[in-house]
This record gives sequence, structure tokens and C-alpha cells, in this order.
Amino acid sequence: MSNTDFVLAVEDLTVSFDGFKAVDNLTMYIDKNELRVLVGPNGAGKTTVLDLICGKTKSTGGSIKFNNTELTKLSEHEIVRSGVGRKFQNPSIYENLTVYQNLEVSYPKGRGVFGSLTFKRTQEVEDQVRRVAADIMLTEFLDMESALLSHGQKQWLEIGMLLMQEPELLMLDEPVAGMSAKERDQTADLLNRICQNRSVIVIEHDMEFVKKIAHKVTVLHQGKILAEGPMEKVQADEKVIEVYLGH
Amino acid sequence: MTLWEKMCASDLLGGKQGVIGLAVLAAVIFLVLPLGVDIFRLNLIGKYLTYAFVAVGLVLLWGHGGILSLGQGIFFGLGGYAMAMFLKLEASDPITTKIQSTPGIPDFMDWNQLTALPWFWEPFKSLPFTIFAVLTIPALFAYIIGYAMFKRRVGGVYFSIITQAVALILSILIVGQQGYTGGVNGMTDLRTMLGWDIRTDSAKYILYYANGLLLFGAIFLSKYVMSSKFGMLLLAMRDKEERVRFSGYDVSNFKIFIFCLAAMMSAVGGAMFTLQVGFMSPSFVGIVPSIEMVIFCAVGGRASLIGAVYGTLLVNYGKTVFSETYPELWLFLMGGLFIAVVMFFPNGIAGIWDKYATKYGWFKDKAVTAKKPEVSTTGVETHAVLTETLSAEAAAATESTDVAASVKKTTRKKAAISSPNIRGAEA
Amino acid sequence: MFGYSMAEIGNIVVMQGFSGLSMFTVLLLMALGLAIIFGQMGVINMAHGEFMTIGAYTTVMISKVAASYGFTDYYFIFAIIIAFGLAFAVGYLVEFAIIRHLYKRPLDTLLATWGLSLVMQQIFRSTFGAKEVSAELPEWMLGSVNPTPDIDIPINGLFVMGLAALVTFGVYMFMYKSRWGLRVRATVQNRTMAGAVGINTAKVDRVTFALGCGIAGIAGAAFTTIASTGPTTGTLYIVDSFMVVVFGGAASIVGTIASAFGIAQAQSVLQFFMTSSMGKVSTLLAIVTILMMKPEGLFASKLRK
Repeated sequence: MSNTDFVLAVEDLTVSFDGFKAVDNLTMYIDKNELRVLVGPNGAGKTTVLDLICGKTKSTGGSIKFNNTELTKLSEHEIVRSGVGRKFQNPSIYENLTVYQNLEVSYPKGRGVFGSLTFKRTQEVEDQVRRVAADIMLTEFLDMESALLSHGQKQWLEIGMLLMQEPELLMLDEPVAGMSAKERDQTADLLNRICQNRSVIVIEHDMEFVKKIAHKVTVLHQGKILAEGPMEKVQADEKVIEVYLGH
Repeated sequence: MTLWEKMCASDLLGGKQGVIGLAVLAAVIFLVLPLGVDIFRLNLIGKYLTYAFVAVGLVLLWGHGGILSLGQGIFFGLGGYAMAMFLKLEASDPITTKIQSTPGIPDFMDWNQLTALPWFWEPFKSLPFTIFAVLTIPALFAYIIGYAMFKRRVGGVYFSIITQAVALILSILIVGQQGYTGGVNGMTDLRTMLGWDIRTDSAKYILYYANGLLLFGAIFLSKYVMSSKFGMLLLAMRDKEERVRFSGYDVSNFKIFIFCLAAMMSAVGGAMFTLQVGFMSPSFVGIVPSIEMVIFCAVGGRASLIGAVYGTLLVNYGKTVFSETYPELWLFLMGGLFIAVVMFFPNGIAGIWDKYATKYGWFKDKAVTAKKPEVSTTGVETHAVLTETLSAEAAAATESTDVAASVKKTTRKKAAISSPNIRGAEA
Repeated sequence: MFGYSMAEIGNIVVMQGFSGLSMFTVLLLMALGLAIIFGQMGVINMAHGEFMTIGAYTTVMISKVAASYGFTDYYFIFAIIIAFGLAFAVGYLVEFAIIRHLYKRPLDTLLATWGLSLVMQQIFRSTFGAKEVSAELPEWMLGSVNPTPDIDIPINGLFVMGLAALVTFGVYMFMYKSRWGLRVRATVQNRTMAGAVGINTAKVDRVTFALGCGIAGIAGAAFTTIASTGPTTGTLYIVDSFMVVVFGGAASIVGTIASAFGIAQAQSVLQFFMTSSMGKVSTLLAIVTILMMKPEGLFASKLRK
């Protein structure tokens, strides 16, 4: 595969589980500072695509290039260190640590065994934690045990943990699931703010929310791309309407 | 600032409570017990305290890392045997052993028709090598097991079962290879270390104190690890391993390291055991001793370093008392202890103390001057790591997230005392 | 090789192979029970060996009764049924009293069931004494069959093998062909959903656990035909049967059979060429090494997670 100017270039990506192709020959390019939304019915392969990019699942064919570095050969932590952040579908935070500690643990220094043993909480770390906490609207909860946060706040905290690493590519799996209408609006603002200097891929079902944030939408169906483009165009697409409403 | 204030302000020691806890433990080990009991009993307590090394290692590995090894006897035994090999060689000089058909080799080798010292025994003629071996061989062995398992993401019950199988293998091997290991009797009749008779009362006192100091060394080292970012990551991994991995950490390396550290501590305990008790046998290596060491840690409180020491002392004291007088009752008690600790007191003595101290907030301050505050020491270790954690009751209440909001207020009030939260410990 | 001629080695392998078969059957029955519990519920029962001992003592007791009332020839059938029933009942109680509180903490279950095994061993010792006891085998079980003059197959071995085959078949039918098995499998795959469609998952857990224990009871009955029973008999096979389950890949009956066979045979044959302890060490070491390289066991299938 040739090198490209895209942040992320997914080409001919395939993965099969015992013969079942969950992702089938998928090709997709993400621009710098782009916010892309993946939509599609359950089982379309959206989460699997994210799993493949971040190394949780190994592909059976094709390539994933991030800034022209092949990711399929790297292990999970190497992919993260190259600048890819991933948020899981269910908020995945360290419930018995405080909000502050959750963010601090995610700070990208002291990542080795001995590095972590000698890691010091410097002013730099402190500033970064406070800046991110302000971004995710959790400044006043910094000292709280994170298990006590509301569901929506946990989602934000996990996004914050990713922002601590200043990733170039951020992947969010259903970031507004379980949120109130107000929280959804706040999250939309948050996402629009954070994609100023990085690319973001979001999986989302809520079409109202998608409209607020998406630069481009990719519709997946049975592991293949059904349609791709701006929201209005995709919504008018015959095949998309067929898949969503056809049966 | 006085030294006292400085110590209390240190995150490493776990604040004022942590300092008091350590001070009380130090007083118990270095003053109360040596003054209170005769040398025979003190030697016995010294023996128990060698198991505490294993328990302290398990606090890191199991209590904080969520990794349950049922094979810590492997490392205790390797350390103990390394030391025993050195002492045995010193006890087998050609003059003392001149009645053997091959003088100058350990007696059990002679009985098993060996005519020369096996090659792997040779380096154990040197004490520096022996000490080096105690510190590195068990750790290296742990590294191999840990590397093979954690790199392939084997964890949980599988890890426990496999470490148990390795403990079984090692104990059968030691018993089976009598000529090289002394077989089921182990290595007995150890007398001197570099000419210094370890069987005298004065030697027993010195070894007891050396053991105590080393144990404190292990506790401080563990406290340092727990108060560092590593300690925080350990808790994070126990809770959400995937999240840690996808935050750019190579999770397996952290697990391997903590497993090796716990192994090294166990080995030091084993070596001190050999020195104080004067023999080493396969009965400290196999399945049963390995799992009993887990219960020492569990009784004290799996997340509490100081609790682990008290737990070890308590269970072994009970074992000695009961197995001498009512051996039948003891097995029921021991079995019951496993079940009860797990079902009713998953945080052990430390957990009970926390709950008690939290319930009567006033008691915490009084404990500072209280006369018998042994248990006041427990449960505060995690203070440095979990600056503000749920109280024991709140932890139970938040099983359901719905209640979380309602207990928020009370918890923040009570949060001065931290309790290791065992939810997710097995995840 | 080892100073034997090829023909002799052939004979040794055949004879040791047959003696390994008795061990295989006990191991298989133990592992089947363990695998049902572990594979379906993720719980390792460290007291599993003691459930086998329950079955063994039951059989011994019934054989004594049979000897004094003169029905030695066919008591074994009753013994198997009662051994199963008793172990099942104790398992049912244990699940209710202890295990069900610990489902979310599998490591703690290890410790609790270990404690249980200590208590049970002491109960056996207090009740039956520390000395080993043997069952009076019926006359017809004592002989042997000689297909060729050189080969000697004991009838009790054949009987136990038939029993193991029957139980294995029964477990297969139960798990894959019955309503109950369907419920068990549904609960494993999606506990919440199974509960939502009206399956009493707590009851499924209890019966599954008790069934596993009951099969261990049958293993105990089989055990009495090849060795005598003592309070710590259960500890003899426990690590081996853990290894069988892990090695065979939990929740695969074929895997359990194959790995029980492999482990028992390897030990039996190796023990002839080396000392008994080295045979065991080599076998366990080989299993642990293979498990380190292939931790999911030999018969695990790939799943989409």
C-alpha cells in the first residue's frame, strides 16, 4: 500500500471469525482534524473496526496505516503510544481511584515498570490534569472516588483519560449512551472542541447527536461500507434507507 | 519541622496512621515479644515472621494486583534450600564426615551412594553466591513462569491452578531426588554459618532481630511500590485491565515485576527460616504450605501490609496451640477460617478494624494513645494510594450504582479512613 | 532404549497402557465433574477430591453391609447410585451454603473450597479413622480376561471403563440433548437473558454444581475397585484432574476425554521407565509447559468476543 496524506488509511481490511466475515474488505480514510461517525445496525461491524484499529482484534487481511505506520503488526500498547486513543462502549474507568488519579494514571509518562516506580507528580502533570478536568467539566470532582460519578460523568472521565495522552486519533464507542439530553448537548460541544487539533472516530446510534457532530458519516452493513459522505447525502441514500427501514 | 512531623507528612509511610501502625509493629516485634517470651518461643515467633515475608508479598501480588498465586511455597522453598545448601556444605567438612564412604559431601548424598558433590552444589560453598542465589534464582524462576503466563494473558483461576501445579512438581521433585536434595527429610543438622554457631541462644536473638529488620525492609519496599505510580497502576489493572492496556501500558510487564518481587521476598523469608530453624524440608514447598500462606495474608487483610504480619502471627499461633493440644479441632478451625474469612471478612482484620474505627470515629484518635492498638495499624497502608476511598460500609452499599448518589454525602464525610476495596479484585 | 528390546518395550507399553486405563477412568470421571462446574460456571472446586472420597467411603460401607447380608455379587450397582446421590446432596448443600455467595469472586471460591476440603478430610478421619479401608469386591470382578497368553486384562478395569463410558455418555445426553442441559448452556452464554426468559438461573447453578459433585461420587465408587480409601484419598487426583480440565479446554467433553487419556497414559508408561515420582513430574512438567505455550488448552474454539 502506498503512503498517503491521511491520518488514518484503512485498506482492504478483513477479519473473519471461524469463517464469518465481521469486517469484509473495508477501505476508509480519515483526514486530519476530521470527525467521522460510524453508523449502522447492530452487528454491522462498527465496534470490530475500532477493535482492529486499536489492536484488540487482529485482522486476517488488509492494512491499517496511521500516519503511514502500519498498525496491524503492533501490540496494543504500542498502538496507543503511537497516538491512538480508544474509549470503550461501557464507561471503563478505575472505580476505586479518584478522578484525579484516573487522569494522572493516564498521563503518558512513566509507562514502563521502572518509569512508573520513579514517576513524580510534577507541576506539568498537575497542569495537564487540571486542564483536562476543566475540558470534561469535572474540575470540582477531582478528589471524588470515581465510582460515585454519574453515568454520564464516567463517560466524560474516560474521554478525559484519553485526552491526557493527547492522541492524534481518538476513537469513541457510543460516548453518549445513557446520557440525559443536557449531557448529550454538553458532550457534542466537548467533541466539537476536542477535534480542533486531532481526528476523531465516533460510533453512535442517536441520529440527532450525529447531525450535531459529524463532518462525514460512514454507514456500515454486514462488515461492508454501504455509504459514505456528509450526513444529508447519506440520509437520502436509497440503500441506507433500505437497510434501516427495509425489513 | 520535627522528624515526627516529617514522617507523618510523608505519603510513603501513609500519613500519621501509617507511622503509628509501623511504630506499634516495630515495638511489638523488637521490644514486646523479645522481652515478653523466652528464647524458645521467640525463635518460634521468628519462624512465623519468616512466613510474613510471603504474606507481605501476597499483599502486593494478590491484594493489590488481584493475582492469586497458590505457589508461593516454591519461592520460599527455593530461598530456604539455597541457604540450607550453603549451611549443609559447611556442616559436611571432611573431618566431621570422615566415617562416610565419601567424606566431605553431605550425609544424605553419602547414604544415596553419591561419590562426588553434584556440580550445581559447588557454587554454594560461597556465602556471597548463596545470598545472590537467594535473591535471584527464585525471582528468575518467577520471571520465567510470569513471562510465559502473563505475556499470553493467562490470569485468574488458570494462573492459580498452574502455580499450584508447579508447587506440586517442585515438591515431588525434591522428595524424589533424595541424593541431591535430602528427600522428604530435607536438609537437617545445619550448624554454623562461616564458623558462627547458629544454634546458640545469642545467635537466635541476633537472627530474630535480623529477620525483623529484613521484614521491615520488605514492608518499606512494598510501601514504596504501593505509593508510586506503579501501585496506582496495580489497582487500576486489577479493576480494568483492558483500560490500562489501552492507555499505553504493557500490562504483562507490571504483573511479571510484581510476581518477581513477591517471589524475592518469599525467598528471603525462606532463607531466614533455614537460618533460624536450622533445617529446610519439602513440607514448606508444596501445595498445602503455599495455600496456607495465602490464608495468613487473607486473615490479616489482603490489602494491608501490616495486617498481613499480624495475620501470619495469629494463624500460626493458633496452629501451634491447637495442633499440639487438639489436632483434630485444628483442621476444622483452619478449614473454617478459609471459609469464614472469604465469606464474611474479605478484608480480614484490617477490614474489621476499618469498619470499627469508621463506625466510632472517635476511636481513631484514641487509638493513638491506646495501650493495645495492634490492630490500629491495619488498613491504613492504602492511604497513600487511595487518598479518599469508600468506607467499608459504603463499599458494600455501592454494589448497586443507584445507591451511589445517596451515600455520596456520608462517604465524603467518612472518607478519612481508607478501605481497600475488594470489588473487582478477581476481575 | 533403557536396556529393553523393542518387543519387550512393546509389551511394557501394552501392559502399562492397560494399567493406565484404570487411572484414566477415575481421572476422567473426576475431571468430567470438575469440567461441568468449571466450564459452565467458572468456579474451581478445590474440594472436588473430597466428593470423590464421599463416593469411595459410601461404596466401602455398602460393600461391608452387603458382605454381612450376602448380596456382595450385585451391591456395586446400588453403591454407584447411592454414592452419586450422596455426593449430589452434599454438593447441593455446599452450593447453597457457600458457593452461590462467591460467584463473582472465583479466586475466593478457590480458598473457600480449599477450607471445605480440610473440614471434609477431618470429618472422614473422625468418622472412619485414619487407616485406609477397602471394599469387598464381588467375586466376578476379581478375575481377568486373556485375549492372548501374554496380555492380562483385569475385569474390574473393564467394568470401571464401561462405567466411565456410560457416565460420559449420560453427561453428553444431559448437556446437549435434554431440557436441563439447554437451560445450563443458556445460562452460561447469557445469564441475564436466560433469567429474563424464565430460567431459574440460581437453580441451574445449584443443580449443575451438585451434578458435578455427584459424578465425583461415582468416580469414588470406581476408585474403590483399584485402591483402598483413606481420608486424604481425594488429594491424590485433584491436581491431575485440574490439569485435565485446563488442558482439555473447559467445556469440551471430547477435550476432557482426550486429555484425561493422555495424562493417565503418559504417567503410567513413564512411571515404568523412570521412578514413580519422576514419571509424575515429567508428565506435569510437560502439561505445564504446553499450557504456557497454548494457554487456552488443546480443544478450545475461537470465539468472537
